[in-house]
Amino acid sequence: MSTKRFTCSLKNLEEICDYVTHCANAAGLDESEVYAVQLAVDEASTNIMEHGYGRECPNRIDITCEILDDGLKVVIYDDADPFDPELVPDPEINVSLDDVKPRGLGIFFMRKMMDEVQYEATPEKGNTLTMIKRHAR
Amino acid sequence: MEIKTTEFKRCTVIKTSGRIDGSNAQELAQALKAITSKGVYKIVFDMSEVNFVASAGWWVLIDTQKTCKPSGELVLVKVDKGIKDSLNLVGMGSYFRTYDDVTSAVGDF
Repeated sequence: MSTKRFTCSLKNLEEICDYVTHCANAAGLDESEVYAVQLAVDEASTNIMEHGYGRECPNRIDITCEILDDGLKVVIYDDADPFDPELVPDPEINVSLDDVKPRGLGIFFMRKMMDEVQYEATPEKGNTLTMIKRHAR
Repeated sequence: MEIKTTEFKRCTVIKTSGRIDGSNAQELAQALKAITSKGVYKIVFDMSEVNFVASAGWWVLIDTQKTCKPSGELVLVKVDKGIKDSLNLVGMGSYFRTYDDVTSAVGDF
């Protein structure tokens, strides 16, 4: 298990991506599974930076990777105001281009790309977002 | 983010590389707007060197597609499999036609 701390800047998204890519490769995920982890973690981190923390930058975004027998668990801790992605409705899909509205896509990607997405907020630990990607095989 | 645009007789080709995420999607938006504000609505986006597109990037491309249609179209070239799969997974793959090479895309306009 490894944990890395990041500060609240969209400029750090690439570094966050590099970190989870390393974890996903170490967990033996295949190319498309690695991309799924990259995208889900990027969207989660962006949401924390843009919505959770508003305009005030946070004290921390800690990302922990744990290699499982059947995949990878990524846990993102932050101490922003509680923000439950599970409460965000899915975007309307399979609608015409004219009708598509720019909201909820990032969280929808997280749900679709990962096998498990779980959110918890406690006064002691702050926000905890746990996501698991399992091997397809 | 380095963005290169090349004007052809019938369309404009735009190319960038690396990641399109929340940190730089607006740069791409500005570059695309610079094209459409000239009245050019036939755009080829060469994605051969793009390896990651987050939702912030997709909204820029979807917005551009809305601007371009129906008089023109934004088409995507050499989209990485992971990128394409992610868009299909959320049911938005049908918003863009894709090509395997720039020549075919330009030739089709």
